[in-house]
Amino acid sequence: MPKRTDLEKILIIGSGPIIISQACEFDYSGAQACKALKEEGYKVVLLNSNPATIMTDPELADATYIEPITVEVLEKIIEKEKPQACLPTLGGQTALNVAYDAAQKGIFKKYNVELIGANEEAIAKAEDRELFKEAMSKAGIDLPRSRTIYSEKEGQAAIDFVGLPCVLRPAFTLGGTGGGIAYNIEEYWEILKRGIDLSLIHEVLIEEYLSGWKEYELEVMRDKKDNVVIICSIENFDPMGVHTGDSITVAPIQTLTDVEYQKMRIDAIKAIRAIGVETGGSNVQFAVNPNDGRMVIIEMNPRVSRSSALASKATGFPIAKIAAKLAVGYTLDEVPNDITKETPASFEPAIDYCVVKIPRFTFEKFPQADPTLTTSMKSVGEVMAIGRTFKEALLKGLRALEIGKTGLNSLIEGEADKNYAAAAKEKVRQYLALPTDKRIFYIADAFRLGFSIEEINELSHIDKWFLSNIKEIIDLERAIQNKKLTKANLLKTKEFGFSDKYLAQMFAQDEKKIREMRQRDNVSPVYKLVDTCAAEFEAYTPYYYSTYEKECEVRASSKKKVMILGGGPNRIGQGIEFDYCCVHAAFSLREEGIEVVMVNCNPETVSTDYDTSDKLYFEPITLEDVLNINKKEKPYGIILQFGGQTPLNLALGLEREGLNVLGTKAKYIDIAEDRDKFRTMLNKCGLKQAESGIAHNLDEAKEIVKRLGYPVMVRPSYVLGGRAMEIIYDSQTLEGFLKEALLSSMNQTILIDKFLDDAIEVDADIIGDGETFVIGGILEHIEEAGIHSGDSAMCLPAFSLPEKIIERIREASYILAKELHLMGLMNIQFAVKDSQIYILEVNPRASRTIPFISKAIGVPLAKLAAKIMMGKKLKEIGFTKEVIPPYKCVKESVFPFNRFLGVDTMLGPEMRSTGEVMGIDKDFGSAYLKSQIAASQFLPKEGNVFISVKDKDKTKIVPIAKQLKAAGFNILATEGTGKALQAKSIDAKILPRLSEGRPNVLDYIKNKNMHLIINTPAGRIPKQDEVAIRSTAALYGVAVITTIAGAIASSKAINVLRKDTIVVKSIQDYHKLISK
Amino acid sequence: MLSGESFGAEGETIGEVVFNTAMTGYQEILTDPSYKGQIVCMTYPLIGNYGVNTSDIESKKLRAEGFIVKEKSKIVSNWRANKPLGDYLRENNVVAIEGLDTRALTRRLRDKGSMKGIISTTDFNAKTLKAKLDKAPSIIGVDLVKEVTCARTYEWEEDPGMRRLAGVKKQKFSIVAIDCGIKYSILRNLKELVERVYVVPAKTPLSEILKLKPDGILFSNGPGDPEAVTCTIDTAKELIAKLRSKELKTAVMGVCLGHQILGLAFGGRAKKLKFGHHGGNHPVKDLENGRIDITSQNHNFVIPPETIPDKELIETHVNLYDRTPEGARHKKLPVMSVQFHPESGPGPFDARYIFGEFIKLIK
Repeated sequence: MPKRTDLEKILIIGSGPIIISQACEFDYSGAQACKALKEEGYKVVLLNSNPATIMTDPELADATYIEPITVEVLEKIIEKEKPQACLPTLGGQTALNVAYDAAQKGIFKKYNVELIGANEEAIAKAEDRELFKEAMSKAGIDLPRSRTIYSEKEGQAAIDFVGLPCVLRPAFTLGGTGGGIAYNIEEYWEILKRGIDLSLIHEVLIEEYLSGWKEYELEVMRDKKDNVVIICSIENFDPMGVHTGDSITVAPIQTLTDVEYQKMRIDAIKAIRAIGVETGGSNVQFAVNPNDGRMVIIEMNPRVSRSSALASKATGFPIAKIAAKLAVGYTLDEVPNDITKETPASFEPAIDYCVVKIPRFTFEKFPQADPTLTTSMKSVGEVMAIGRTFKEALLKGLRALEIGKTGLNSLIEGEADKNYAAAAKEKVRQYLALPTDKRIFYIADAFRLGFSIEEINELSHIDKWFLSNIKEIIDLERAIQNKKLTKANLLKTKEFGFSDKYLAQMFAQDEKKIREMRQRDNVSPVYKLVDTCAAEFEAYTPYYYSTYEKECEVRASSKKKVMILGGGPNRIGQGIEFDYCCVHAAFSLREEGIEVVMVNCNPETVSTDYDTSDKLYFEPITLEDVLNINKKEKPYGIILQFGGQTPLNLALGLEREGLNVLGTKAKYIDIAEDRDKFRTMLNKCGLKQAESGIAHNLDEAKEIVKRLGYPVMVRPSYVLGGRAMEIIYDSQTLEGFLKEALLSSMNQTILIDKFLDDAIEVDADIIGDGETFVIGGILEHIEEAGIHSGDSAMCLPAFSLPEKIIERIREASYILAKELHLMGLMNIQFAVKDSQIYILEVNPRASRTIPFISKAIGVPLAKLAAKIMMGKKLKEIGFTKEVIPPYKCVKESVFPFNRFLGVDTMLGPEMRSTGEVMGIDKDFGSAYLKSQIAASQFLPKEGNVFISVKDKDKTKIVPIAKQLKAAGFNILATEGTGKALQAKSIDAKILPRLSEGRPNVLDYIKNKNMHLIINTPAGRIPKQDEVAIRSTAALYGVAVITTIAGAIASSKAINVLRKDTIVVKSIQDYHKLISK
Repeated sequence: MLSGESFGAEGETIGEVVFNTAMTGYQEILTDPSYKGQIVCMTYPLIGNYGVNTSDIESKKLRAEGFIVKEKSKIVSNWRANKPLGDYLRENNVVAIEGLDTRALTRRLRDKGSMKGIISTTDFNAKTLKAKLDKAPSIIGVDLVKEVTCARTYEWEEDPGMRRLAGVKKQKFSIVAIDCGIKYSILRNLKELVERVYVVPAKTPLSEILKLKPDGILFSNGPGDPEAVTCTIDTAKELIAKLRSKELKTAVMGVCLGHQILGLAFGGRAKKLKFGHHGGNHPVKDLENGRIDITSQNHNFVIPPETIPDKELIETHVNLYDRTPEGARHKKLPVMSVQFHPESGPGPFDARYIFGEFIKLIK
């Protein structure tokens, strides 16, 4: 069946900001879909609020709407663009939900738009628990036994059906509390009674307890003619009970016989048919009882998912691209397999390696959060590693995580000796039973302590096959420990996946020494192809992974080539923005005819798409792995500037090994990052810094603080995302924090700044070729200084700073760019206080704001920077003048607070946001409003607003409160704030403290009778009441504003909201407004 | 010469080396009589993880001449497992080797075609090994069927490997399967659909077969060069003649080698593929309705349709990987056959419906 000719224009919905459970994988799938549909000659209209995506690049669609993903906006776009079809299955749950809601409201029918991929009915069947159960039963697929009941009376029948042990899940309780596992009938009744009580709708789900069962996932594709294929099978390392996103997963399935696998395969095929996903990809999850093999279906997503991105990278089969082609009518056999060229996409990839995915967590950013892994996802990123054995892939993955581990490092070092053995064993035992991000390391420790596979399996329910492999690693480690490292042993450890660094630690040597030993003994990796077919056919796409075997398949060309290092796993502070820059660099260099070799280990990304670069090495970004690739490829140069801090940390090591690091020279990078040298340079340039001092230990720090006075800001050099960066108000906190700061800084240097209270922060990004320097954009932060720049909302162009200040910022930026011989991109952070300009820091690399600015000004800065690194001049390229758009662009951050219950939502110098959105409009108020809606901060038009501000803000809040009052809001306040408002004759109702009376603000929130909260926290250590208010509000989706600046911006936005409706405009149309 | 570690029986073995791309199903592969004469190299590197059990077998014995894997599992993890793979190989006297760069070997077989190989746990001298290899006969022109066919006729009973399809009603038919090295999965599939399934040795004369009053006759899969299986080809020719003369109305089906035997009986010629098809992921398209099945494959020879005179046969299936023929049916006579393995074992269940089509041919 050829492609459909009745469609001309197709609307694709993206997934919006990066949040936990929805990361760059949807940019990967969305970008593939846009490309695939354009390739077929369709006009593509795109809606996505996330500017840091490749898919929102203006050339990927005919009309790109960087607007909030809501039903209202969707309707406006449909009204304006009149597409014939909408493809909702490539933008994660966000796209699926908004499409479903729009369908329910009859919008697609009204404008005669067809939902392709999955229709309303299919979405409902997959998403609604009851409909899903019904569909699966009808298809003859076994499900976990479950019953939903609404009273104790129904309890007996339910337990008779489900059986013990069972899980009770009360619906709609605060933070999912009140449920539990019942092992006996007494417990059952107890939990049931409590659950019915706690559930606001008195609904409890009684479900068969599957914890400890094995978990599996299949990636399925279907075409219009009902041909169905399985792209990849995945087995979870962690058993049921841990969210797949948080579980270590392995492809393909390892411990099922063919019969068992084939039964699962057929059930997955039945499931996609029963749900009615017409075309495209889906994933189906199963649980298997390890004792008798009973298999039940857990859930199915009628769309491409995080797992499909993983499956695509794991097999080489581009699921999203093919899904887009199937959606417009092609059948699987009509679409060629890009990798083999000769064979069609209607097949099931055969792989001849083992793939391990390991999630990346950031619990250190949320110290109050519970690190226990549950069915709600908590990880923020992931790495994928490929090896010829599970052992090799696992160890590669662990070192790729960048969590300071070089392999299966011990967590109980020193505790394992005789005196502590009993205590260590007890600790390990506990951690084996408790799923956390550290469990994998405790398993290794358990083997070191002499636990048996059976014991560990009993405690963790992790399959013995996985445990046995870990045991082999530890057995090898113990066998060679305290002996001389022979060539045979060296080879064996490398085959097992040991890193040079781990060996160096084991043998108390330098990493370089191990590398030299390997060179001497000729122990070096070979590279094999990911080819979808286990070598049955010739593969044309050079997608490689390393292993220690005989034959190397690298076909190195003699073309001029450049290696680009990606950013590794997503984490807070380093995410999609950096991948965006790497991808742009790759595109740009390929335009110049230069061969691009990409190195990365993050399966979610566009950079690891095999057609982004000329060659892809799916490898950890460590010195060892990069040097190995360098040896094979011998590139002309290497680009580190785009992948964030990860590659930059390798700069010195790589230069030392003779690699040609392109762009700004390492010596200038060092000046920018070394606080001493940096200060000297600023003095030379006549630029100001906040008063500061440099400390290398606690005593020095105390001395400096005595001079500066509190509050101070402490920041280590060489960190990203504000790790261990803090505003400090007293000496006790100072001590605690310095300990951590000294730990996280590589060169043990800590800068202590006088904290600039109430200053306005400004980011400037600048591009330079060594001769010409052009400002990319000057962004004014909305929140005041002290909030991490990655968490702050920003506006481009500036919205409140006077032009003469901007001009001085511009001048300072040029001075710094010249001084640092900028070749490529650089980011400068300023603070403006009392008309004085202070330099906070300079980052000599592509910053997080590059994609946002590029979208705002219509100039692909990262692409230009890559060309500059290869010797082009800005004048040649034709970019010599700063672009100041005649509209406002607001960047707002998105936080994972709803995942970490009880965590305070107050912003600070430690970055905690996972993603960003962009709001564009003619004026600041409208643009800010869009950014808030896009970030799911739903500002109310009317209702109750609760105000509680610190003393310092009591004057500043008055005009805001007046405006809100004038807009018809009822004001409620704490005693202090209330009295301050009343004194200015603003009518405010005073609510009691949480412990002193009812109804208090929490009651209002829970009764959905509170619509906005303005709460500026008093100090670093927040009051108990404040945390409870903010976190409850986050849970109930009430907008919370924690800064005065934010409150001012929000009141402007509320005014817009009350007057106007949102006007949508494509980025292409915005760019036309820029006078060239 | 590639070296690795032995994990099977001690000794020496020679065979044609083929690679199999299936990621599961090593026990079925080892017991599949079609692998007689062949040393199997698994492309999936981690083998033995789920051990072996008593029901996932395709014949009574291990048939592969040798087994090559990248890494054999140290332990067994599956609730049905009763034995580790290594023990199974040793007890059944199959030489096996691990620790090879199996991908490099596979690429060599792909580029140079299937070739003879020797695995030895006793002789590590390249020269003497090469000499032994040179002396060993090629599988071309050799009738391997006689080594794997059953000794006498028997009736197939349900066994623990039986995998039932829900809601299938058994027909009151008898089917005779001519055992050229038949896989139990074929018998299990047939037994699910009809009441009686008989298995006869490959050289059973047609007259003997007809005494069992079959409603359908199946020419089974089996090892080696189809042109060497002259006796069974003759049986097929005789059967076709009786169908043409309307003396018989028996439905006829061929699977894999059986498909080739029928092709030869209709006058076709066999051609050897460069490295054959061995795996569980080949897409096969039904040319009559466009349906695509992911199929289990295991063959080194094909019968190109153009070699069959008179255009009596209609090509029904084609392999979408390399466009080789995968199935045919006769224009008038109740004869159908497929090159792939609809019975799976190992491999996808997609094409099991083909046996239903066969039953429909019985009128």
